Amino acid sequence: MWQSVQGALTPYIFSPLTVLSCLFFVALYGLGAWRLWQAGRGPSPWRIASFLLGVLLCYAVMHTQFDYYARFMFFMHRLQHLVLHHLGAFLIALANPIPVFMAAFGRWRLPGLAMAWRPLRRILFDPVVATVLFVGLIFFWLWPAVHFDAMLSLPRYELMNASMLVDGVIFWLVILDPRDPQKAGTSGFGVRFMMLLGALFPQILLGAYITFSPPGLYDVYSVCGRAWPIDPATDQVLGGVFTWIPPAMMTVLGALVVLRLYLHYDNQRG
Amino acid sequence: MPTFLPRTMKSLLLIACVMLISACQQASVTFHGKNITGIMPDLAFSLTGEDGQPVTAKAMTGKTVLLFFGYTHCPDYCPTTLMALSQALKALPEKTRRQVQVLFVSVDPKRDTPALLKQYTAYFSDQVMGLTGSHEQLDAITKRYRTAYGYGEPDADGNYSVSHGLAIYGFDSQGRVHLMMRNDERVARMAEDIATLSRL
Repeated sequence: MWQSVQGALTPYIFSPLTVLSCLFFVALYGLGAWRLWQAGRGPSPWRIASFLLGVLLCYAVMHTQFDYYARFMFFMHRLQHLVLHHLGAFLIALANPIPVFMAAFGRWRLPGLAMAWRPLRRILFDPVVATVLFVGLIFFWLWPAVHFDAMLSLPRYELMNASMLVDGVIFWLVILDPRDPQKAGTSGFGVRFMMLLGALFPQILLGAYITFSPPGLYDVYSVCGRAWPIDPATDQVLGGVFTWIPPAMMTVLGALVVLRLYLHYDNQRG
Repeated sequence: MPTFLPRTMKSLLLIACVMLISACQQASVTFHGKNITGIMPDLAFSLTGEDGQPVTAKAMTGKTVLLFFGYTHCPDYCPTTLMALSQALKALPEKTRRQVQVLFVSVDPKRDTPALLKQYTAYFSDQVMGLTGSHEQLDAITKRYRTAYGYGEPDADGNYSVSHGLAIYGFDSQGRVHLMMRNDERVARMAEDIATLSRL
């Protein structure tokens, strides 16, 4: 029993980048949360749970035996990206981690880092840029020729997964930002609804396209061998459905959170 | 917000450029198969040869190498692919043919002894060499070339099927990777690609 658990948790290919970045952000979050508690402004337990669960899910799909199946089965790959780009990223962003990360630095100000971060944040957190990147990356990595190469080259594969996670977190940070847009100058709730709509339809179209295309759209899985014998057509249909329906559901969840925030601030203003 | 549009447009343009550049890396050589120069790693392995002795990639220096994974009990892909490869080799000039080394790596070491591999590969061509190894060694080379293998349930007679990748990987005489061919590529096109590869 223990051996099979150990086997399942062993990464298919050890990635120092994945381990170090997960450890770094969890440690940074822990330090920030501790400092905020000291000041009596600690994050709520459900936000902490949301952050840790999000990181844990992303780690699990990138650095356990799950990753083996994601490399050799198209639909498992789609599930992996569903976690990285939607579910895991959503949970991380829902935790509102940026203030906690900032608190980790305490009184230690880094003017250089802040200077470099500000324009980058302005570009990446721009609603149009965030939406185009969010949808664009899905299409980019699913472009058959690009997808083929990404599945063959280890550095490209790591870049693909890292970019999906980072981009997912940015998009959901814009959508789920709990501050009052009028005071914080963040994207308004109407803009956020438009972002969700803008991201929803291309994903539905792409998912439906993959589902209803003749099999063989992503033949890298035939060329490299599948993890277990499965009809290539079934693999593609499942992958298409996982590109189509769960992301659409995550969009609805996002819209519910935005609606709740809108009502909250609307009530406050009376 | 007067600065909103230009800033957004600039950012989008920048992102589009980066994506275009990364998508359009032009390959210098053209193959019928896929050019994988710089995408996959160069030739490296440590396996057991047909005489039971260790063989490493070093022994392949000076040879144009074609690498293919399979097993001798394979009912379909392995014999047809090896047959196609040996026909493609026959279509090449003698000198080029002698320069080519086909490596047939068996991922079924339980049944495929070096002796059996020797008997099997001799059936196809003198240029085909059978290799196998421990699961550790096989895992290393299959991970390196991003291919999976697995075993089916044995039937009443103890026969089982083995799943494996279908790609043929091509390396130049220095062991640098260049080519990925589909197992169902036409023989004439295979021959042309092997000839191109041997000139690199």
